[in-house]
Amino acid sequence: MIKRLLLAAAATLALAGPAAAQNVAITNARLVIGDGSQPIDGGTVVIRDGRVVAAGTGVAVPAGIPVVDAKGAWVSPGLFAGFSRLGLVEVDAVDGTNDTSANGSPFHAAIDVAPAVNPRTSAIILNRSEGITRALVAPDTAGSIFAGQGAIIDLGADANPISRPRAFQFIEYGEPGAGLAGGSRPAALAVLRNAFFEAREYARNPASFNDRGKDAFLTRLDAEALVPVIQGKVPLLVHVERASDILVVLDLKRDFPALDIVLVGATEGWMVAREIAAAKVTVIATALADLPETFEALAATQSNIGRLKAAGVTVGIGMLNDNDAHQARYVKQYAGNLVALGRIPGAAGLDWGAAFATISSKPAEALGMGGEFGSLRPGRRGDVVIWDGDPLELGTAATAVYIDGIEQPLDNRQKRLRERYWKPTEGALPKAYER
Amino acid sequence: MLGAATALAGCAMGGTTPTQSASSEPAAKGPGHNKGYNHDPYPSTYKPYPGVPTLVTNVTIFDGEGGRIDKGAVLFRDGKIVAAGTDLKPEPGVTVIDGTGKYLTPGIIDIHSHLGDYPSPGVQAHSDGNEATGPVTAEVWAEHSVWPQDPGFGRALVNGGVTTLQILPGSANLFGGRSVVVKNVYARTEQAMKFPGAPYGLKMACGENPKRVYGQRQRMPSTRMGNIAVDRATWAKAVEYDRKWDKYEEKGGEAPTRDLQMDTLRGVLDGEILVQNHCYRADEMAIVMDMAKEFGYHVSAFHHAVEAYKITDLLKANNTCAAVWADWWGFKMEAYDAIGENLAILEKEGVCAMIHSDDQNGIQRLNQEIAKARISGIRAGFPIAEETAWKWVAINPAKALGIADRTGSIKPGKMADLVLWNGNPFSVYTRPQMVWVDGALLYDMNNPKLRPVSDFELGQPGEGDVK
Repeated sequence: MIKRLLLAAAATLALAGPAAAQNVAITNARLVIGDGSQPIDGGTVVIRDGRVVAAGTGVAVPAGIPVVDAKGAWVSPGLFAGFSRLGLVEVDAVDGTNDTSANGSPFHAAIDVAPAVNPRTSAIILNRSEGITRALVAPDTAGSIFAGQGAIIDLGADANPISRPRAFQFIEYGEPGAGLAGGSRPAALAVLRNAFFEAREYARNPASFNDRGKDAFLTRLDAEALVPVIQGKVPLLVHVERASDILVVLDLKRDFPALDIVLVGATEGWMVAREIAAAKVTVIATALADLPETFEALAATQSNIGRLKAAGVTVGIGMLNDNDAHQARYVKQYAGNLVALGRIPGAAGLDWGAAFATISSKPAEALGMGGEFGSLRPGRRGDVVIWDGDPLELGTAATAVYIDGIEQPLDNRQKRLRERYWKPTEGALPKAYER
Repeated sequence: MLGAATALAGCAMGGTTPTQSASSEPAAKGPGHNKGYNHDPYPSTYKPYPGVPTLVTNVTIFDGEGGRIDKGAVLFRDGKIVAAGTDLKPEPGVTVIDGTGKYLTPGIIDIHSHLGDYPSPGVQAHSDGNEATGPVTAEVWAEHSVWPQDPGFGRALVNGGVTTLQILPGSANLFGGRSVVVKNVYARTEQAMKFPGAPYGLKMACGENPKRVYGQRQRMPSTRMGNIAVDRATWAKAVEYDRKWDKYEEKGGEAPTRDLQMDTLRGVLDGEILVQNHCYRADEMAIVMDMAKEFGYHVSAFHHAVEAYKITDLLKANNTCAAVWADWWGFKMEAYDAIGENLAILEKEGVCAMIHSDDQNGIQRLNQEIAKARISGIRAGFPIAEETAWKWVAINPAKALGIADRTGSIKPGKMADLVLWNGNPFSVYTRPQMVWVDGALLYDMNNPKLRPVSDFELGQPGEGDVK
């Protein structure tokens, strides 16, 4: 028990953010709040002790804090990668650098990605330089429908990337879940329900939980990890695509009413958008999936997010199975595409403010963390980006990135390679000497 | 196997005897160069759909070869571009489209696609892109795998403005087989999509994939040196085969035994089939270009040439193009040194360069990919005009596919493969408004009837939806 209290204390410390939280005010900005509203000119954002204290027009800059004049440039909250595997991988196909899943492990739900997140992976460094400041980091499944416990991270250039450890449990349902559970959706449901019942059992009396070792359906650690899930203290992220499967997942609340379900993927979500909204379930969707790549995505359309939003669903963009360890930066392009979609008759796109929110406040809200991350409303983390143009437009660059109010380095290895090979042939010495 | 091949070849010859020496005159003559067997046994049956004579006016034009016309007009008729300029007047019977605020470009050409051979849905039953049962399968032809009902063709047309694409075998093998170039027009058969007269490609692969696939099976190749050794042994055999057939075709005598694998490589040695070589790393591309010289062939383009920017001088000297992504990176070791300025550096150094997708989603946004690549270059200090960057999806891939005389730019006499964009196609906020292939209007944003629905999607949830 003492040990658990210590762990809780460590978690609180992690939540408190870097000790050297900073103050900064950015003035004269084309300001994006990130809450779905449209950009406003002549805006100011004030960060104090690493958190937003005010943002908008007519905001006074407190005396004694550093002021950055944006000179009319776009300024927005740092982007929130709604589903990623940032920090778990250096090179996907090089096993030793890839901590997303564990094929030979007896543990599943218990797996906690937080210790594996390496803030020095080149993907964190590159995505930071492109304006991604926070990310949901999920484990991947192997041998069970339970992938384990994911974290919320920041992409700051410091040794502590974890904003929230054990922030959610991630599971696979639908076709992948069926495969992991032995071959069918009913089997996946049986595994899920059994695990939840076992977790209830564990919660009732941890000391008497019969740990049956490797042959058990659930180890002690796995059961322990699921307790906060069935209690609704930790969200359950479920990858699910097919409309009928979504309804099955929503129905889990009948037996486990406290579950805080977040749908991930949800390609056919638009077909059951009203049901999702009525269940008050949130979605982290794949933005532009429009092909029937599987039989559970027959109704795929880029209008999915627009239609979900129109039905009142809180929906953010995630990168599930889409270069999730490296290319969180694509979320900007995806959100821009949702704006473009609005100009096509018959399609459901988003206006600019709503599109931006799908990569800032909405994924945070989907996780119940909208009060902490994803917008420049007062009280949120001081994650701010200054851009050289419209952040959703192709090729726009971040010119300054602040995380918890601390200005971040934007250098990266790709830039160094470009500098070395800008003139591709050798000079007086081999390329190895050019740096 | 060889017997069957010979029998098929006989069939394809339409019953004529390849050897004509039976009752010959004293000096026996062969059938003539490249006439020893049929080189086109699965001919294109593509026919352009009818279109109406059309004049698009007041439009910004990127001609695909680096030219730009502001407030311009393009006239096309009978499937061909008639004229492009600023002072074209509407003639009677010509449909006029006001392009104010819009952009007209040649249709996008994707030199690297697996639509049809890795179609959607991506079920095992559809997995037809890699004959991964041996490292040398030059005898397989992608066109024999292509499923013309892939929903991806329609998405590439309406969201991507793609009018021509090369469908390749995968990269598990050193010699993956023949590619096929198709018009992006749905048809009942693959032959009816096939770009008339386009040369075949030979898909080759360097690096990690072949050595991994076969190394895991304790077979050669399991190393990069193994890759090259198997390549060289195969080319050496092909040179011999080519020589035998050349001799027979010229002088007659007994026809050499047909070998379908060698037929493809002979086509490469004769310049009839273009090598399309999957190769990421700079050092490997350099070795492949030496190998091509060793055996007397030419690499038309390196695909996935992530490190092309390191060897622009070699690519230029070998007259070899580079097909690349804008920013794919980090998924495997040989993609570790990817940089966003790859295309820009290639352009700066005068290399024939282009974008490619290799992806059923990416093919829907190639205009966006070149927009990213262009801005990366500009930011690093090399100005690239929009009309210059459009070459990366137009004339350059057309050159690397050997079809630049027919499509890939807005020039009189060329195929009227055109996209009208509802804004600047270098903006994320722009989509195709109308797409013509050979002058036939096959997509119109404002006309739900001009929205293709493949057989697979007919009667399924979401049929005919805006995708």
